[in-house]
Amino acid sequence: MIAPLRLIAKLGRRTLEAVSRMGLAARFFLATLMRSGVAFRRFSLTIREIYFAGVLSLVIILVSGLFVGMVLGLQGFETLQTYGSESALGVLVALALVRELGPVVAALLFASRAGSAITAEIGLMKATEQLAAMEMMAVDPVARVVAPRFWGGVISMPLLAALFSAAGIFGGYLVGVVLIGVDEGSFWSQMQDAVDFEEDILNGVIKSVVFGVAVTAIAVFEGYDALPTAEGVSRATTRTVVTSSLVILALDFVLTSFMFRGV
Amino acid sequence: MDNLVEIKNVTFGYNARPLLKGINLTARRGQVVAIMGSSGCGKTTLLRLIGGQLRPAGGKVVVAGQNVGELDTNGLFQLRRKMGMLFQFGALFTDMSVFDNVAFQLRERTRLPEDIIRDLVLMKLHAVGLRGAADLMPAELSGGMARRVALARAIALEPLLLMYDEPFTGLDPISLGVIGNLIRRLTDTLGLTSIVVTHDVQESLKIVDYVYFVSNGTIEAEGTPDEIRASTTPFVHQFVHGEPDGPVPFHYPAHPYAEDLRLHS
Amino acid sequence: MGKAWLDLWVGLFVVAGIGALLFLALKVGNMSSVNMADSYQVSAHFGNIGGLKVRAPVKSAGVVVGRVAAISFDDETYEAEVVFNLDSRYEFPRDTSAAILTSGLLGEQYIGLEAGGDSVKLKNGDQVKLTQSAVVLENLIGQFLFSKAQEGASNETAQ
Repeated sequence: MIAPLRLIAKLGRRTLEAVSRMGLAARFFLATLMRSGVAFRRFSLTIREIYFAGVLSLVIILVSGLFVGMVLGLQGFETLQTYGSESALGVLVALALVRELGPVVAALLFASRAGSAITAEIGLMKATEQLAAMEMMAVDPVARVVAPRFWGGVISMPLLAALFSAAGIFGGYLVGVVLIGVDEGSFWSQMQDAVDFEEDILNGVIKSVVFGVAVTAIAVFEGYDALPTAEGVSRATTRTVVTSSLVILALDFVLTSFMFRGV
Repeated sequence: MDNLVEIKNVTFGYNARPLLKGINLTARRGQVVAIMGSSGCGKTTLLRLIGGQLRPAGGKVVVAGQNVGELDTNGLFQLRRKMGMLFQFGALFTDMSVFDNVAFQLRERTRLPEDIIRDLVLMKLHAVGLRGAADLMPAELSGGMARRVALARAIALEPLLLMYDEPFTGLDPISLGVIGNLIRRLTDTLGLTSIVVTHDVQESLKIVDYVYFVSNGTIEAEGTPDEIRASTTPFVHQFVHGEPDGPVPFHYPAHPYAEDLRLHS
Repeated sequence: MGKAWLDLWVGLFVVAGIGALLFLALKVGNMSSVNMADSYQVSAHFGNIGGLKVRAPVKSAGVVVGRVAAISFDDETYEAEVVFNLDSRYEFPRDTSAAILTSGLLGEQYIGLEAGGDSVKLKNGDQVKLTQSAVVLENLIGQFLFSKAQEGASNETAQ
């Protein structure tokens, strides 16, 4: 076959592989959900995973949230000053964080820290035959290893997003009120006026839950599907971070268009 | 003595190319059976077929009177309680201590109280000589010790059948002796059946009762250790005496040498 | 990692996370929209609702006393029908007037209630009769230009 035709054939083959892989991932996700009984009956397994996914991500989430909030405070003040609306700084910081930056950035950070760790752990367990050993002992590895990690991630994600937003608002307060001197009263009162519980905060929480499901599902699948070699595991962790990031941003667009449709 | 494991005319392939083309094999209760062959000939695949992780394309795998390939999930679940497997590098759960590893099956599959589990775990560890290592983590063990712990883990539920995937690979001479000795002793004292997949000829011929040689997807030769040592079948002879060239060729298939070096006349 | 330590850290994490959520909900957000359990519904017709949206506030004397629940088109009177919930704590006379006002110059629109003097109060399902539509900018500009043109014309005729 001449070169261009070969390229097209390769493209077709790649697309078919990608689609069949997505089908595999979907079936794996369903299997994880259906076999989640053990993860809840023996909740200590899930608690352990909440520690590894959530608690160990606290530092990066809180620090990043703080810095993002501080930058929002600086940049927001710069821009609002030209319209004489500095007192609306609280509104800007809060809405930006609660609606978008909180769920999205926290999810991206979670994917790189916790998602890649989960993929590496499951991949290594596969490579060292620990999953096969479990199967031979008639213990379902999906129920015992995968499901607790999945639920650990899903439970941690909204909490981390809320902590990110809270840290960010504090950062914005530090820069705006304490450093620059925006009026403290109007900072908080205008914020309270503008940020609606159902519209903004609840939607932000829904987003973070959806992101949590997506990121953790991708992470456990890539780990379980990894080739049982050192190279296979490293490639799987990279795929987790890249795929998660793209999916988060795409889902963010879809969810935002549903939620904030010409309020 | 009846057959615990019977493999009748089993064929299997991971993809279109068949790997096993008709295997016939039996293992009686109380026997230690070795399966030998060169790398990639399908020895580990045979273990997976016996354990039910794979289904044969043709033929039957019968363990304790049950056809493994036709069991449903629950049936497989019950059957695996009677089987134990020792993986090549131990496959210990790295996030748990030695004690927790051995206790794993007891905790997952039985409802025994913790103090009874503790006694059972210590007894199994004592049988492999590692009772003092109960609180170590797998990362702190040497290769030989890890394999012994994995052995203790495999016998936790007193199975009828034990399978060993390359138990002698990469061990120092002392550890080799220990593992070989343990395999023989456990089989005799617990009345198990052991199937050992290996290519360590010297160690295994010392302890096994019967040997099967797998080559080209079939059983090329079989017999007791003495028969194997005295065998004149070319493949067996090459294998047992470690000859570099023979039925398994030294040279990978290639063009004629003269042609490659461009020495035309 | 001892089990007790693990549980402690996870517990702290969950408490902190829920605390952050509560902080966001209470100190940052506006919860009053949720506490309208005790309310009664009243409707009003407007010639033009302008940019009024569902969930816009209903204010009287500048204080939020309710929320717009639904906006629909009445194809018999060809007017807009706005249904809004009022907090049960506040009662309004039957001759209260409702106007669509704008907060600030270019802000969002809300309904402003001006209490009347009737002793009979509005009940659930009643209609506010006196209404004032939203100010439509184009009409305002048109009026302004028209009045300016008239002024010019009358000045000319006066001369």
